[in-house]
Amino acid sequence: MEVLVFLVPLALTLGLIGLMGFLWSLRNGQYDDLEGAGWRAIAEDEPVRPDPTP
Amino acid sequence: MQATRDFSHYVRNLDSGLSHIDLAVEGVSCAGCMSKIERGLSALPDVTLARVNLTDRRVALEWKQGALDPARFIDRLAELGYRAYPFEPVRAETLENEQASFLLRCLGVAAFAAMNVMMLSVPVWSGNVTDMIPEQRDFFHWLSALIALPAAAYSGQPFFRSAFRALRARSTNMDVPISIGIVLALAMSVVETIHHAEHAYFDAALMLITFLVAGRYLDQSLRRRTRAVAGNLAALKAETATKFVGADEISEVPIAAVQVGDIVLLRPGERSAVDGSVIEGKSKIDQSLITGETLPVRAEPGTAVYAGTLNLSGALRVRVAAASEGTLLAEISRLLDNAVQARSRYVQLADRASRLYAPVVHATALLTMLGWVAFGATWHDAIVTAIAVLIITCPCALGLAIPAVQTVVSGAMFRSGVLLNSGDAIERLAEVDRVVFDKTGTLTMPELDVTNAGEIPEAEFALAGRLALSSHHPVAAAVARAARAKKPLAGIEEVPGQGVRGFVGDVEIRLGRPSFCDADRLANEILCSDPEASVVAFRHGDDCHVFAVRQRLRADAAAAVATLVRAGIAVEILSGDREPAVKHASHLLGIQEWRAGVTPADKIARIDELKRQGLKVMMVGDGMNDAPALAAAHVSMSPVSATHLSQATADLVFLGDRLAPVVAAIGFSRKALRLMRQNLWLAAGYNLLAVPLAIAGLATPLVAAAAMSGSSLLVILNALRAHRGVREFG
Repeated sequence: MEVLVFLVPLALTLGLIGLMGFLWSLRNGQYDDLEGAGWRAIAEDEPVRPDPTP
Repeated sequence: MQATRDFSHYVRNLDSGLSHIDLAVEGVSCAGCMSKIERGLSALPDVTLARVNLTDRRVALEWKQGALDPARFIDRLAELGYRAYPFEPVRAETLENEQASFLLRCLGVAAFAAMNVMMLSVPVWSGNVTDMIPEQRDFFHWLSALIALPAAAYSGQPFFRSAFRALRARSTNMDVPISIGIVLALAMSVVETIHHAEHAYFDAALMLITFLVAGRYLDQSLRRRTRAVAGNLAALKAETATKFVGADEISEVPIAAVQVGDIVLLRPGERSAVDGSVIEGKSKIDQSLITGETLPVRAEPGTAVYAGTLNLSGALRVRVAAASEGTLLAEISRLLDNAVQARSRYVQLADRASRLYAPVVHATALLTMLGWVAFGATWHDAIVTAIAVLIITCPCALGLAIPAVQTVVSGAMFRSGVLLNSGDAIERLAEVDRVVFDKTGTLTMPELDVTNAGEIPEAEFALAGRLALSSHHPVAAAVARAARAKKPLAGIEEVPGQGVRGFVGDVEIRLGRPSFCDADRLANEILCSDPEASVVAFRHGDDCHVFAVRQRLRADAAAAVATLVRAGIAVEILSGDREPAVKHASHLLGIQEWRAGVTPADKIARIDELKRQGLKVMMVGDGMNDAPALAAAHVSMSPVSATHLSQATADLVFLGDRLAPVVAAIGFSRKALRLMRQNLWLAAGYNLLAVPLAIAGLATPLVAAAAMSGSSLLVILNALRAHRGVREFG
């Protein structure tokens, strides 16, 4: 049962990392445009700069 | 005189040496547009950021300070095929964005804590019936407390703050019982943990917070999205003015940059953005948006011009008396304020429910405690049971019941062309039993239309349309639109106050006043049969035609009115226009009740009179003169072509050229109200099953958790039914 002393904090740490990730992405504005983000993921390529084609 | 454009008012200079501007873009609807715009704008030199927001239909741009004129972006977008306008986020929108991200942070924290505490609770529940030793249970409970207390303190803030505000104002709202429930559940859990008890309620308290914050967030995101789209519409309507910056030099500036005393140029075909008086020039102006009067009024030096009026024939120089806060506007906004205050007394369904609910919950908990003591239980056991009752009955599903339906219904309305300005508008809309329409711009199309198109040969019509493209005059614009003309003719000359003329081969063509085209006789014939129309003549060599142009009823106006009447909703017209025009429209639509020539104050008086008769009135209007009446009515709606002020006042805005969305919105709202009521009953019913268990002292955390999540899920699933169309009203 002593293993709990390691496993429980480990589980909590993992959860906390997830939470930090969520807060970080929220602060970076990743939830500002959910509709656009969905499409960006399947767009063929990112716009490259300077753009060779007009 | 070619105007320069000055958008510096909208540009924000960042510390990093970059400039930033937000543009509202029309017609962005898919991923294709998104990459096309981003590529197109990034190709400009010195642009460091071009990012499209597909949800809000906006583009954020950054470039090296001073390297580019923001007008370049607008031109570039026009080349790509999109109309764009600079955009200034209003303060309310910024505040709402901050609040939404705070709620999302709370939701994240609460969900994280709830999941981890649940992970610790399941071993305790199963351990209690098998071989768990008390030390292990205490360890798990203390760990739960360590997670739950700070998490609840943070993510419960939306409720604690609101409850505190209500209590300080010596009133209660739904957040008061919620806060009491959360605090008591946590306090009791700590006490139980200290006394090595078998059960703690940390998980229940956190789940409660999670579900409630989710409901709050749904409620918020609905309003935020509509406001963003409505803000774009306002920007797209291009409220700019042409200002004199020197004696003969003009510049196009946003109205926000126009000040009292400035002199602006009002060209034919332009809508004034300011109040002021004419100092030079003669013209006719169309005041229909302000007064509802359809016939043009003469304007000469000294005449007052109001924002929203359309200049028809000559160029005017106007000295600005008021830009955004004006004489007429001030009068109207004073009426507005009074009307808005009167309506704020409306109590929302959720508030009404929680007012009934809170005393019942608290009384039940208190009686449970007293009952157990009376039957000989210890005070400790009695309090534990009472708190269990409080937790189980906490209005978790109640908090989701209404926002969930509102969100789903607003999505359905959005797809049928209706934008919602406030969540409680749905409830008010569902109660409507009388609809009052404004005529000009609401029952009729905001723009003029050719009524005798069928009598004119197609080739001549097309030629007239191409010629009309060279004129700014709204009557000419109507001809060009009706002919679907795209290519203007070359070498066209404008004769001020008369019309335009040019040559096709060797033959002269003219478009303008009947006298300009020698068509007086033909014009008189048309005017005799249709005295409401304006006429414009077209001469092609010896061939001569006269177009009759007038405001036309929206295509489905008659059908929409008929549907409303069939559904038992009375319809009437309140218009500032002259009697014959209103009489004609009401006759065509089969509306018995109508009033003509009414002022904004008269409109309010009529609506108040209807209200005193106990009727729930919906006002549909678009003009500035309608704004106070829109605010006074039980619920109000504006077409997207309405003036800024009316749109801001209306509860709902409908898109497109048809009235069908107005009818559909009532249908949707009635269905929504039904679902909201069902949801409240579902929530109450579920609690009725769980409360006896709690009173009997059988409410283990498992039962509490099941009751709470079960009722919440049921309520959400029921709300999703609003997705499907409505049967009544189609």
